Amino acid sequence: MKSSSNSATADTIVIGGGLHGCSTALHLALRGMKVIVVEKDRVGRHASSANAGGVRRLGRALPEVPLSAASAQMWQNIEALVDDDCGFVASYQVKLADTDEQMDQLRARAQQVRDIGFEHEHIIDQQTLRDLVPAVSPACIGAMAVKGDGFANPFQTIKAFHQKCKQLGVTFHEGSGVDRIERAGTEWSVQTADGTFVAPNIVNCAGAWGGKIAAMLGDDLHVEARAPMLIITEKMPHFIDCVAGAQGIPFSFKQFPNGTVLIGGGHVGTAHPDINKTDLNFEGLATYAKTAQRYFPIMKNAKIVRCWAGIEGFMPDGIPVIGAGQADNVFHSFGYSAHGYQMGPVCGKILSELVIDKASTLPIAPFAPTRFAA
Amino acid sequence: MMQSQFDIVVVGAGPAGMSAAVEAAKHGATVCLLDEQQRAGGQIYRNVAQTTPAQAKILGKDYLAGGRLVQELGQSAVDHRAGVTVWNVGEDGAVTYSRNEQAGQVRGQHVIIANGATERPVPIPGWTLPGVITAGAAQIMMKSDGLVAQNAVLVGSGPLLYLVATQLLAAGAPPKALVETQTRRNLMSALPHFFGAVKDWKQLVKGMRFLVTLKRAKVPRYTAASEIAVEGTDHAQAVTFRAGGKDHRIETDMVLLHQGVVPNTQISRSLKLDHRFDDIQRCFHPVTDALGQSSHPLFSIAGDGAGIGGAKVAAISGRLAALNALASIGKIDAGLRDTQAAGLIRSRQSELSIRPFLDVLYTPPEEVFAPADDTIICRCEEVRAGDIRKFAAMGCDGPNRTKVFGRCGMGPCQGRNCGLTVTEILAAEHKRTQNEVGAFRIRAPLKPVTLSELSALSDTIHQDKTQ
Amino acid sequence: MFKPLETPPSDEQLSFTFDGKPVAATRGMSVAGALFQSSTDAIRNTPVSGSARGPFCMMGACYDCLVQIDGVTVQACQIPVTDGLVVSRVPNTHKGAE
Ligand SMILES: Cc1cc2nc3c(=O)[nH]c(=O)nc-3n(C[C@H](O)[C@H](O)[C@H](O)COP(=O)(O)OP(=O)(O)OC[C@H]3O[C@@H](n4cnc5c(N)ncnc54)[C@H](O)[C@@H]3O)c2cc1C
Ligand SMILES: Cc1cc2nc3c(=O)[nH]c(=O)nc-3n(C[C@H](O)[C@H](O)[C@H](O)COP(=O)(O)OP(=O)(O)OC[C@H]3O[C@@H](n4cnc5c(N)ncnc54)[C@H](O)[C@@H]3O)c2cc1C
Ligand code: FES
Repeated sequence: MKSSSNSATADTIVIGGGLHGCSTALHLALRGMKVIVVEKDRVGRHASSANAGGVRRLGRALPEVPLSAASAQMWQNIEALVDDDCGFVASYQVKLADTDEQMDQLRARAQQVRDIGFEHEHIIDQQTLRDLVPAVSPACIGAMAVKGDGFANPFQTIKAFHQKCKQLGVTFHEGSGVDRIERAGTEWSVQTADGTFVAPNIVNCAGAWGGKIAAMLGDDLHVEARAPMLIITEKMPHFIDCVAGAQGIPFSFKQFPNGTVLIGGGHVGTAHPDINKTDLNFEGLATYAKTAQRYFPIMKNAKIVRCWAGIEGFMPDGIPVIGAGQADNVFHSFGYSAHGYQMGPVCGKILSELVIDKASTLPIAPFAPTRFAA
Repeated sequence: MMQSQFDIVVVGAGPAGMSAAVEAAKHGATVCLLDEQQRAGGQIYRNVAQTTPAQAKILGKDYLAGGRLVQELGQSAVDHRAGVTVWNVGEDGAVTYSRNEQAGQVRGQHVIIANGATERPVPIPGWTLPGVITAGAAQIMMKSDGLVAQNAVLVGSGPLLYLVATQLLAAGAPPKALVETQTRRNLMSALPHFFGAVKDWKQLVKGMRFLVTLKRAKVPRYTAASEIAVEGTDHAQAVTFRAGGKDHRIETDMVLLHQGVVPNTQISRSLKLDHRFDDIQRCFHPVTDALGQSSHPLFSIAGDGAGIGGAKVAAISGRLAALNALASIGKIDAGLRDTQAAGLIRSRQSELSIRPFLDVLYTPPEEVFAPADDTIICRCEEVRAGDIRKFAAMGCDGPNRTKVFGRCGMGPCQGRNCGLTVTEILAAEHKRTQNEVGAFRIRAPLKPVTLSELSALSDTIHQDKTQ
Repeated sequence: MFKPLETPPSDEQLSFTFDGKPVAATRGMSVAGALFQSSTDAIRNTPVSGSARGPFCMMGACYDCLVQIDGVTVQACQIPVTDGLVVSRVPNTHKGAE
């Protein structure tokens, strides 16, 4: 083990080096703050590199819609933020329907989104769908579509955010798990395996482990660690540009520029967050395989090269915790419930506003940590 | 419907797996033996039951010795499933495989992993060109395809390099040359182990005999060769290297590479069993006790998959693993296990006495572990040694992170071809040990499967549960 | 490149096609072995650089021998030849292949 004589001070300590931790550190640094990120493993080791790379506004929980829309704009210009395009490819996200009932559900949903003032979700008919996604099964009769959504490369993204942070002077301490947090006057003293760090502000971006950090800070926030699973195939000739999901079924499907096809959408294995381990659940994987063939018959013979799962934090209501804790200058941002990748750019900005301005320009009330108080 | 519950499941039907299965069945256990080859035998005894007299003459006595094991297996009650590729081993003892694009699953109370060795990757410039194959591949073609490589230039070091050279000779296709990396220094450092090895003088004599045969046939040998590369644009055209202070160039369209064999750790890694790096054999192997018990109670490991020891050692360790498995599921008691094991452990020790000598004599040259920057190391994603060094400078400190930095190890071979090289390069760049740097995480499927196979699997599992 | 052993393991002659062209084999040979015998060892192009590749390890470990049979990507070294088998190259997914 490294010497634990390390000790440093900063304006803000960010706990957790996933995309949200890095994005928060980045935005704080852009506004001139001195930031230390402490990460128990390696930057991006967990959900932020295990994820499916879906950049989607489509189908978001209503409170997330304004944040997601703001983040979508940042994705369009992500290179300006991190000097790297993060592999972002804008096309369409579509949600497929194969019954009239499903089409009705999609129409009702699009109306709800229009009612809160957003126009991005459109209903398309079978012909338009087939023009957009020629490989789709003839059984699909239409879809909901969002133009400008797409996917990016999670590896490239976390690497770009990490590098940009370092360029801006953010210090990272990897292999530096937080064991204890103490109040020292107006400062917080964060004790890790790698030393003690002191700063007036703390942001908790610890993902599936966010509940533990919250407890150290006096907040009772229950987050459940689950292990969403993914399948990736061999490289196939290019056949689809859009990212596809399906109404009422856990399913997400996309082809990357290198030809590999990624299948996911919600089936989970078993998470063991204490030992960084996930177990796959073959029934869930088999269901993915079935669903993929149902919507995309071309997939029947495709070879699966790898399956994996990542550890992600889920909140009981399926949306993250974003906001101030009870103690002074403590902020939480975790529990993104398997859809936090797209929100990475904007949530970092929101947290920087919370730390520096004590208020955000975006509507974050629905994400308040206090919402679970009995 | 095929039986799916067994006392013991054995993966791999080489000398280790065959002996394990036969031994376990002898004690009354129900045993299922799985192997992706069409016939039992493993690498060394590949196809031995089908060998023609002409092949037998070329391949030699050692090869034929495997025939007895195959016969014993045939007479046993073991349920041997051939042509099945195992692509997942669950921590609960469920072993999932495909056979003719159909998925199947068997479950053992104990699982013996006997999946053998693979040839060590030899990343040199041009090693991805058609016309460059491994020496083992050339041997496999003699055993299974009835084909012999002509005008081959053999490159590298190790007993198998000489064995294949003499087999080619016997088959009427003398190799064009042997380009050996082994140096006098290797010999000098191997000598201290010589007295350990003389216990196994028979093997030593055999090694010498190879050399004599090659000399008689006037096959040119270059030793202490370095800076070896294969020339060609779409196909191998020549091998170039330095030896004896001179540059050499030998034209050939057939290059056979070999730098020894290393344990196949795909299954043991996927189960996250404990592994350790062996500094002398320069490879990782799973940690086991004398009986082959791994760090997980349900799994034993036998044969070259647990550490390179050769065919005889593999057969003995197979029997030991069977005793271990039988005792762990209560088929025999610990006392019987220990009395039967004692003799086997002794004979394994004497078989192993030659290993230190061979391991040091045939240590691969540093070039293999530290390829030049523009040499491809990940054949699937075409990542070069220099890329890994660049990633290291950017903070990449472990094999799994090379995936993040540049897709290294993410192709269909799942890192089989680049894993060890990546570990070595990162260890050198960061001045850390190979143990500290670690190895790729391995995930199911161990070998690619089709979507339709995977979806059919859920039906198989369901049937199983409702039974 | 490769020649048959003087006394081949089997006299039974088989034939299959690779990319439409007939290839001869004897029973017991793998698809990769038979292709080698017919001097066809550059059997695919890599998806990354498009460079030529062929079988390398013959034991199922390297995945450099990929071909397609019935639309499924398989390892040519692991498939025994059967008479009339239709084998094709894997689609070239290298950018700029078209
Ligand atoms: C398989 C999968 C697919 C997904 N697909 C998508 C998708 O397509 N689109 C999308 O928008 N979202 C997707 N997501 C969700 C998305 O990946 C996550 O919401 C997002 O990455 C969360 O980022 P994070 O920084 O909060 O968490 P993480 O990346 O998990 O980072 C939290 C970090 O905190 C560290 N930490 C924990 N405890 C401590 C401690 N005590 N001390 C120091 N550090 C600590 C952890 O080690 C970890 O690195 C997916 C998730 C998974 C798992
Ligand atoms: C190509 C090659 C040629 C060799 N030739 C010789 C030789 O001529 N003489 C010599 O002394 N030594 C030779 N060796 C060394 C040899 O491997 C060992 O001495 C001996 O065969 C080890 O026996 P084993 O039972 O441990 O493994 P092996 O004999 O290698 O048997 C392992 C078996 O497991 C099977 N297997 C592996 N993974 C899977 C999976 N996922 N699903 C299903 N089945 C699987 C393989 O098909 C194989 O049959 C060779 C090694 C290699 C790699
Ligand atoms: S030649 Fe290596 S897998 Fe077939």
